[in-house]
Amino acid sequence: MTSTSTAFEKARAEDRAALIGYLPAGFPSVEGSIRAMRTMVEAGCDAIEVGLPYSDPVMDGPTIQDAAQQALDAGVRTRDVIEVVRAVAETGVPTLVMTYWNPVERYGVERWASDLAEAGGAGLITPDITPDHGSAWIAAADEHDLDKVFLVAPSSTDERVAMTVAESRGFVYAAAVMGVTGAREATSDLAGPLVRRVRAAGDIPVAVGIGVSNGDQAAEVARFADGVIVGSAFVRALLDHPGDEAAGLEALRALTADLAEGVRRG
Amino acid sequence: MSQTQSQTQSQALPGGPMRYEADERGYFGGTWGGRFMPEALVAALDELTVAWQDAMADASFVADFERVLRDYAGVPSRLYHAERLSEKVGARVLLKREDLNHTGAHKIRNVMGQALLTKRMGKSRVIAETGAGQHGVASATAAAWFDLDCTVYMGAVDTRRQALNVARMQLLGAKVVPVESGSATLKDAINEALRDWVASVDHTAYLFGTAAGPHPFPSMVRDFCRGIGDEARAQCLDQYGVLPDAVAACVGGGSNAIGLFTAFLEDDGVEIHGFEPGGDGVETGRHAATIHAGEAGVLHGARTYVLQDEDGQTVESHSISAGLDYPGVGPQHSWLAASGRASYTPVTDAEAMEAMALLSRTEGIIPAIESAHAIAGALEVAKRLGQEKGPDATIIVNLSGRGDKDMGTAIEWFGLGDADLGPDADLEQVADEAAQ
Ligand SMILES: Cc1ncc(COP(=O)(O)O)c(C=O)c1O
Repeated sequence: MTSTSTAFEKARAEDRAALIGYLPAGFPSVEGSIRAMRTMVEAGCDAIEVGLPYSDPVMDGPTIQDAAQQALDAGVRTRDVIEVVRAVAETGVPTLVMTYWNPVERYGVERWASDLAEAGGAGLITPDITPDHGSAWIAAADEHDLDKVFLVAPSSTDERVAMTVAESRGFVYAAAVMGVTGAREATSDLAGPLVRRVRAAGDIPVAVGIGVSNGDQAAEVARFADGVIVGSAFVRALLDHPGDEAAGLEALRALTADLAEGVRRG
Repeated sequence: MSQTQSQTQSQALPGGPMRYEADERGYFGGTWGGRFMPEALVAALDELTVAWQDAMADASFVADFERVLRDYAGVPSRLYHAERLSEKVGARVLLKREDLNHTGAHKIRNVMGQALLTKRMGKSRVIAETGAGQHGVASATAAAWFDLDCTVYMGAVDTRRQALNVARMQLLGAKVVPVESGSATLKDAINEALRDWVASVDHTAYLFGTAAGPHPFPSMVRDFCRGIGDEARAQCLDQYGVLPDAVAACVGGGSNAIGLFTAFLEDDGVEIHGFEPGGDGVETGRHAATIHAGEAGVLHGARTYVLQDEDGQTVESHSISAGLDYPGVGPQHSWLAASGRASYTPVTDAEAMEAMALLSRTEGIIPAIESAHAIAGALEVAKRLGQEKGPDATIIVNLSGRGDKDMGTAIEWFGLGDADLGPDADLEQVADEAAQ
């Protein structure tokens, strides 16, 4: 098991931001999602977020909803997600799961933490629990030495930013915009001030996500953040090549290269 | 009808008058409810919590709320002794006539409360989710009255099924957005409304349609609906000099039920009955009996009973009544079930439709199909009470809404609408059977 902090340390040593890529497990198939995530690692992602497809993803826009629904329709199970983590973590990059809460509660919080750790997973990103309602997860994560990545948003009060920073491990996920996941034309001017507020609250890497979709945007964010998180743009690369895996992987490789160049330019 | 009680484990009750209330973090009984929400919405939910608590403690807000409900919505609603129905079951059946409120259901109480609060908070836009369109119509109505912008999210399947309500909302000035994602029904409309809210929260209030969702919605919606029970309790004491032996309501998300139940929670002698949509029958898997057949989980921000699969994916619910067709339930009901204070029993589509016919023919009242679930369940309870305690045994049933909106379903179910047929002998029999 590798804490995500190693990815940030490596990036910092190279004087750049880390690139974190997201794809849902099981999209377009379990094996296909493993090949896709490994391609992203080969092409320059420093850490991978494996999405656990969920029936009611309130923080996701149409692109990720679409992919997650396809994965569910194809029959992806929670235990498959653990296997995807295992296959991606074998590459050596920190591999986290991004999941809504109910599937974890249903799986059993303690059993989940134990299985995730055993598979080599680094931890969890939890878009719909905050530390003040996350005591069960916090206890299990601490027990199994897993990263707890909570989100902060432009609307978070300083008090809540401080509470979130204190309870997070690995890094803090700063939502760049008030809104759901999905590519945006322009980078947000809310992200910079939010990152500064996180830094003022404690010493933990902070990565910015939501809306970043190309190398130029990544470069902008890399100027002020420790990491750049990209999700919908990767999903879009696969969605745009239905049934043609080679073309989809090629698109992923090209996008990863562009983003990886961006985080080095910033 | 299935007489099995909800199969939930009993939990120890904490003592004291607050035992049925949520704690300051929104948990009922320490576990149910809470706030499982994106951080982006927490500031807004905190702001709403403070605004609601301030408002409820402010006599002028409460007076404004009461005035608008009285002058505009026709509240307090009557408590009506359904004499012919009472005779048939051998106990006194009292109907709380929420069907006579403006817009035809209890829902107007909740939206007028939330819209008044929206004004007080200085926000200019409201959003809402809707299933059948009842909460959407009520929200559009409140938005018109309070001069607020209004957008209503509605599953694409439902916009097709309920074109008339779409038109009503549009006529009232609301924008109706069909939701194509997921199962394209109520739960997906809630998801989409939450997505809107994350991006619009600085100027928009989310008028949540039932006593579910993240804290403070379950408690706040309860406060705006609790007039139903407060009035009914006083009316019953005033008209009959006694408390009822039982109260009954249908449970979708749970707003009309908690609205009735709240006044009676501390009256230990009063039985509390919730009736859940049993669809084709719980054993068929096609139902929405969340408490009876679901398991504890987290949906739409609250820990509560949820219809879910082995992996915690929400499963689709089924009910003939669109307003009850929801795979979750308000967390306070989960607590009332788990603590044993209330019992929750499924009523099938067929039983509800029989009760719809019965009430129409014996009392000249066409109930909403949601409310018909409560009637069907309550008649069973009334028969038992009548046998145990005699004809003065009293049950209050929440007639949460009227059936105009359901005529399409009734036409199909009973084969109505062809004038050449004359009085329908089969339907007569259906109504008779319901009364047996
Ligand atoms: C008349 C009526 N009763 C009951 C309900 C169910 O909602 P709740 O359980 O929140 O009262 C609805 C919902 O649309 C309704 O229209």
